[in-house]
Amino acid sequence: MIQFDNVSKRYPGGHEALSGVSFHIEPGEMAFLTGHSGAGKSSLLKLIALIERSSRGQVFVDGQNLSRLKGRHIPHLRRKIGIVFQSHNLLFDRTVFDNVALPLIIAGYHQSEVGRRVRAALDKVGLLNRDKAYPITLSGGEQQRVGIARAVVNRPPLLLADEPTGNLDPELSREIMGLFEEFNRVGVSVLIATHDHDLISRLDHRLLTLSGGRLARDGRTDELAASA
Amino acid sequence: MKRNTRKPRARAVEMETRSRPAQKPRGKINAYFTHHLWVLVSSLGQLWRTPFSTLMTTAVIGIALALPAGLHVLLSNVQQLSSGWEDSAQVSLFIKQGVPEKRIQSLAEKLRDWDGVAEVRYISREQALAEFRELSGFGDALDSLAENPLPAVLVLRPTLTQAEPVPMEQLLERLRRLDAVDQAQLDMEWVRRLNGIIEVGKRGALLLGALLAMAILLVVGNTIRLTIYARREEIIITKLIGATNAFIRRPFLYTGFWYGLMGAIVAWLLVTVFLGLLSIPVSQLSSLYDSQFRLGGLAFITSLSLLLSGVFLGLVGSWLAVGRHLQAIEPT
Repeated sequence: MIQFDNVSKRYPGGHEALSGVSFHIEPGEMAFLTGHSGAGKSSLLKLIALIERSSRGQVFVDGQNLSRLKGRHIPHLRRKIGIVFQSHNLLFDRTVFDNVALPLIIAGYHQSEVGRRVRAALDKVGLLNRDKAYPITLSGGEQQRVGIARAVVNRPPLLLADEPTGNLDPELSREIMGLFEEFNRVGVSVLIATHDHDLISRLDHRLLTLSGGRLARDGRTDELAASA
Repeated sequence: MKRNTRKPRARAVEMETRSRPAQKPRGKINAYFTHHLWVLVSSLGQLWRTPFSTLMTTAVIGIALALPAGLHVLLSNVQQLSSGWEDSAQVSLFIKQGVPEKRIQSLAEKLRDWDGVAEVRYISREQALAEFRELSGFGDALDSLAENPLPAVLVLRPTLTQAEPVPMEQLLERLRRLDAVDQAQLDMEWVRRLNGIIEVGKRGALLLGALLAMAILLVVGNTIRLTIYARREEIIITKLIGATNAFIRRPFLYTGFWYGLMGAIVAWLLVTVFLGLLSIPVSQLSSLYDSQFRLGGLAFITSLSLLLSGVFLGLVGSWLAVGRHLQAIEPT
């Protein structure tokens, strides 16, 4: 699903955020991406969604070579990727329903289909009764779940999350992770960037650890608990 | 997408059926038009939610459109009025002092038989004096004169086919050679001059219109630019979830469309109200001149082109702003 071949990312000014990173995430796999702040987690996610392009090496998403993807095809790549942001990135002038419906409207779905899918997605994150609420009236955890509903409403084959539990208490964080595992169970590939070691050490998934822009370790989460 | 072999088979089958695109092409096209309609309405809703700034922008566009449109309508009215006069072009033959009335009468009879002369009217010196006294208001001054200073006049109305410039000149030449005639004057020069002035005015209105059209482009462009920056977050988020540039551009283009349309409607109202305010004094004035002239309003075709140019300018203005500023907003 995601393949990095010796990928480096150097920013103007010379800072190298990633250097020589290679890994492969299979379709349907769930993996965590961890590392200290500035280790390159965000840069790595940005390369997958083509928010930035790699300086060297090649990134493949769903078999597509991103370095060859032209600018006008970027929207179509992004429709295959559901992205969950730490800051939720909701539109505060619209209802929960309209926020979740946005990816479907962008993709040109029919009105009736939009309603059906939005309700299904909200149902999955347990917010079906809040569809007419405005995001500002929701708690942090609820906002994050709206963000997740929006990311999955289009049924993308790949789900990316950047610190999805960053602002949440441990119990809510576990809930959110449970949601990701559920989506993974129905075949969605999931990659979650997080520094919440307590949380991921309780889950059994693949763990990629970045350090100083390099892939320091590629193993399982239970090994992390053992080594800690 | 390949299934993960670890997943239960039933799940994989469920996913297969669910992830298949369920949309028929016709449904997509339908959805496309529905979406356009929705953006059209929602962009109007956005403007409605900020009534003050919308009103300001609309008023500026309206005034900028009303100026050249109003000028055009006024000039067209004057032109229509003067074209009525052109048909009634007439030649005044001023008869030399001392020519007896009988000779003038026979001259009039003779002229009626000339080619190109439709009608001859004789105004005697006394009639001329009476007319002058009535119209000029200098009656008292005339009383103090010992003698009537006005000459007798024969007023000729040329036939319409003869109203072309060249035969008219020939007719004038023949009339001037008559013994009894002091002066033959074509009372049409000033109509031509007026027409010349109107042409200059119309050209001026066109140039003014071009200048104001540019002003409208700038006003719409700047307003749209501010809207784009106010909705920067929204643009970034929609880009991140796969919106094409066309999708993001759409609401701004429709906003420009509404600004243009509403500005044109304001302009139409302004011009109509102004013409309405002018029409009563104008008809009073024209009745003083014994004229049936009534101030014409905005013709259908003028109204239509006013609306269309408003919409066009709104769209182009927003297109320019969007083209220039939307590319610069990318998620980081």
